[in-house]
Parts: sequence; structure tokens; C-alpha cells
Amino acid sequence: MLTAIIPLLLDSLASAALIFFAAVGLTLVFSVLRVLNVAHGSLYSIGGYVAASICLFVASRQLNSYLSFAALLFSAVFVAAIFGPLIERGLVRWTYGKSEAVQILITFGLFLILEDLQRLIFGVQSFYEDAPMRLLGTSSIGGVVYLNYQIVLIGMALLVVIGLRLLINHTRLGRLITAVVTDREMAQSIGIDTNRIFILAFSLGVFLAALGGALATPTSGIAPGLGADTMVLAFAVAAIGGLGQIEGAAVASLIVGLARVLAIYLAPSLDAVAPYAAMLAVLLIRPYGLFGSVTARRI
Amino acid sequence: MRTLLAAAAVLTLAVLPIAAPWLQFVLTLAIAKGFAALGVAVLLRAGLISIGHAMFFAASAYAVTFLARAGIHDLGLLLIFSVLAGALVGAVAGSFLVRYRAIFFAMLNLAVSMVFYALCAKLYGVTGGTDGMAVPVPTVFGLVLSEPAFKSVLFYLSLGLMVLVGVSVQRYLNSPLGHALAAVHTNEIRLEYLGVPVWAVLLIAYVVSAALAGLGGAIAGFAIGRVVPDFAFWTASGHLVLIAVLGGIGGVPGAFIGALFLELLHSAAVTVTDSWNLIVGMTLIIVIMFMPQGVYGLFARKEASNL
Repeated sequence: MLTAIIPLLLDSLASAALIFFAAVGLTLVFSVLRVLNVAHGSLYSIGGYVAASICLFVASRQLNSYLSFAALLFSAVFVAAIFGPLIERGLVRWTYGKSEAVQILITFGLFLILEDLQRLIFGVQSFYEDAPMRLLGTSSIGGVVYLNYQIVLIGMALLVVIGLRLLINHTRLGRLITAVVTDREMAQSIGIDTNRIFILAFSLGVFLAALGGALATPTSGIAPGLGADTMVLAFAVAAIGGLGQIEGAAVASLIVGLARVLAIYLAPSLDAVAPYAAMLAVLLIRPYGLFGSVTARRI
Repeated sequence: MRTLLAAAAVLTLAVLPIAAPWLQFVLTLAIAKGFAALGVAVLLRAGLISIGHAMFFAASAYAVTFLARAGIHDLGLLLIFSVLAGALVGAVAGSFLVRYRAIFFAMLNLAVSMVFYALCAKLYGVTGGTDGMAVPVPTVFGLVLSEPAFKSVLFYLSLGLMVLVGVSVQRYLNSPLGHALAAVHTNEIRLEYLGVPVWAVLLIAYVVSAALAGLGGAIAGFAIGRVVPDFAFWTASGHLVLIAVLGGIGGVPGAFIGALFLELLHSAAVTVTDSWNLIVGMTLIIVIMFMPQGVYGLFARKEASNL
């Protein structure tokens, strides 16, 4: 039983870690900008496409294959640097203070545009580049074989939680972000450049999504439709944890991962239902999510 | 004057497929989506945005297919059942969803519809999985029609229903019950103090909107001849909201104008490019940024906007 469960668990947790990257970016953007970015999933898949392209380039030039790790990270930074400021300044800022309906629709329009742009640029075939995964190899404990890459993914998710917490609690930028989240007008009136905070926070969110997509390329590959699938999953995780809660997103992705394990173990055909069923169950009891609260949007 | 304009528009729609037969399918689908978008627009009046209405659209399409396979072949009967199916699913979902507002309402609708989508896609034995199911061609008053003849009947029936249902929904929106929706949007607590049960107002609106989506779903199922889980995917729900907003939430014709606009744009766009979503996305953003009243707002009289 254990030999059957543990690889399953590791597999689910690794995919939950990937969703976590997207979800925590979504939740961060929501808490700072108060905009639910429906196009967030597209940035995840764009990160994946860029990473796959660079990795394939590295492989084709016979460069040192350890460069592909750097490529994964670089592509996330690259996507964030280009799309973060562009989308925030060009589109999202016009929706500040508007109703949720407008915000959801504007970003839905952006989602449609980005999905088609990806199709135009990268085509409809799926990308798959597992060089980074093969490099790390496998290890075997008690006769069960693991992919080391999956353990790296889970470790990176933990690093992101700790890193974000440190950033927000112990740096000047983090303090400024907290101030803007707590009271936007007051922050502005004491001289904080809120526009700069918005750009930075949005770009950080894009970076996290793109990082998730880049890290997903070696395991599951990138194909059209990934952005839409990721969007709802990230949304489910962010909602379970409570919108705006970083640790909440981490716990929620654990819950979703475990729910999937249970579903695969008990009723294999229902594994795709598990995340949404978990979201429904949590939201019906606590509509503000596990860690969310009615009024305060903490970070 | 406005009645004349509407009558002229409906008449034009009725004549168009005679001149260009390929338009018939496009228009039928547009009307089907218009029904569902009208449902979304009803809820938008109360300030509630649902990213899950494609569930009712799909649920009724599946229900009708099951009924048709179980031996109910009459088109009229099936359409009545489709409205009932939509209303039933809407009553169940609505009974707990109308407690929520704003982004939580949107999220929960999304969650419910995605559970439904995942079930449809995964229960291969029942729903045919992602392949979906073929919808049998129903009979009309006991007559067994050929497929092209049936599609024509379906189109003219949908057109008639559009007028009939459109007028009824307009009456509902003009009734105190309908006006209460806008009041929920402006100040919900005031409404409670006046003795109006907000919960009931919203539940009725929810059931009405789900029933409308159900009717649209059945018509779309018949027109396409196949139901697939993608009917219920969240992007389909997004498109319904998009249509409702394109048409402007100002009135009943708006939803149908929005749907027609979108479907015709689609047909025109696919002849030039396959990047159809790119065009829709840009149109959506432009409309929201520069024409907050929607496409319908272009035609609506100016004084209507003075609250």
C-alpha cells in the first residue's frame, strides 16, 4: 500500500507545487491591486513556452545542458520584465476602482488575446523538453523510485513561501506593499509611489506564474489550452486559501494535492473533479477561504 | 417606434437565411447564446456576475439528449423540458449561491460549473466523456423531418421564441420583482428594511436566468447535433458574460444583439484569420473601455442613461 501511495503522493504534491506558483501570484496581485487577473493562467503558459524554446535552443547548440536550469529561471524573469509592466500600465490600471464585473471582463479579454497570440507564435503542437528532469535523475528509497526533479519542485515551492514572507516582512519594499494593501489612499498621501508598487507587485505575480509554467515544461510539457486549465486550478487554490493569503495558497495547494491523491486512489475517474469539489466544499463553509477574513485583506 | 424597429429587425432575421442559407446555422446559434446571455444579463442587473452559466446551458443540452434517447422525440416537449431542466438545476444551485455577493458569487459559480464540467468529461460511461453525445433529430408534432428541414423549423421556432421569451422577460424586468434587482445592486440593506426579501428576489432571478440558459442550451444542442463537455467549460461562461456586456445590460434586445454581433463577427473573422479570439478580446476591451453601455447603448435613447 505504501509503495503505491508514496509515488502518487509525490506526483500530486509536485503538480500541486506547480499550481501553487500560479496561485500565489494570483493571490499576491489580488491583494495589492485588488484585481482578479483572469489572464494569469496565460502568463503561466507563456512562461512555459519561453522556457521550452530556450531549453530547445540550448540543446540544439550542444551547450552545457546545466544551462537549461538557468534557462528556466531566466525565462520567468524575462516574461515578468516584459509582460508585467506592459499589462499593468497598459490595461489593468484602468480598472482600478471599477466593479469586479469590469475587472473580470477586461482581464478575460486579455486572456483571449494572449491565448491566440501564443497559438500564433508557438503553433498548436505541444512542447516537451525534459533535459532538466533527466539531468537530476532518480533516486530510490526502499525500492520505490522517485524523480529527483519532483522533490526539487516541492522544495522550490517551500522556498517561494519563505522568500515571499521574508520579502514582505523584512524588506523596505515589503513594508511599502503592506502599507498599500492596508490603506491605499493613506499610503499615497504619505508619499508612497503607489504606481511603482503596483507595477512591481504585478510583475512579481507574473514572475511567479511564469516560473510555474517554466518549471512545468520538463514534467508535463506545454500545449494549447494549458493556460485555461491552469487559470481555474490556480483560482481554486487561491480561493480555498483565501484570496490574498500567501500561506493560505500553500496550504490550499497541499489540500488540492492530497484531494487528488485520495480521488485517484478511491475513484480514479474523478481525479479532475477533486480540486473543484474541494474548492466548493471549502467556499460553501467559509466563503472567504480558509485563511481569509471578511474585511481585512492582509498579506 | 421601438416596437417597429424591433419588428423590422426580427423580420430581417427571418428573411436573411432565404438569401444566404449558410446564415441559418449561425443565426440559430446566435439566438441560442442570446438566451443564455439574457440569463446572465438578468443577474448582472443585481450586480451579480456569474462565470458559471455555461453549466445550465450544458446541463439542459445533456438532459434533452438523455430524454430524446429515452424515447421523448417531440421538439416542443423537449424544449419545455429543457427550460424545466435549467430551472431545476438553477433552483438547486441558486438556493445556496444567492447568499454570496461580488467576487465570491462569481467564484462559487465557477466552482460549481467546473465540478459539472469535470464530471461530464470524466463519466465516460454516462456522458460519453470528452467525445460527448450525438443529439437525435426530434420530431415536430409527430412529423419525422429530414435534417435540413428540421434545422429550418428549429431556426424559425427559435426566432419566434426569441420574441415571445424576450417580451416576457421584459415584462418581468419591468415588474416590481425586476426593479428589485436593480435595488439590490444599489442598496441591499434598504431593500431588507422595506420588507422585501432579497434572498427570494435573487433566487427567482437566478432560476429565471438558469431557465433561459437551459432553453439556449437545448437549441444549441439541436443546432449543432452534438453535446460536449466544453459547453460547460469556464471560457464558455466567460463568453456568455461577454455577450451580455457587449449587448449592454440596458435591455432584453441587448443580449440578442450582442450574440448576433459576436456570431456574425466570428463568421466574418474565420474567413480571414483563425485568430478569432484575438479579435473578440480586443473588441471586448474596446467596448468596455469606450462604450460602457455596450453595443446596445449606441441605439438606446440618450435619456435612458439619466438613471
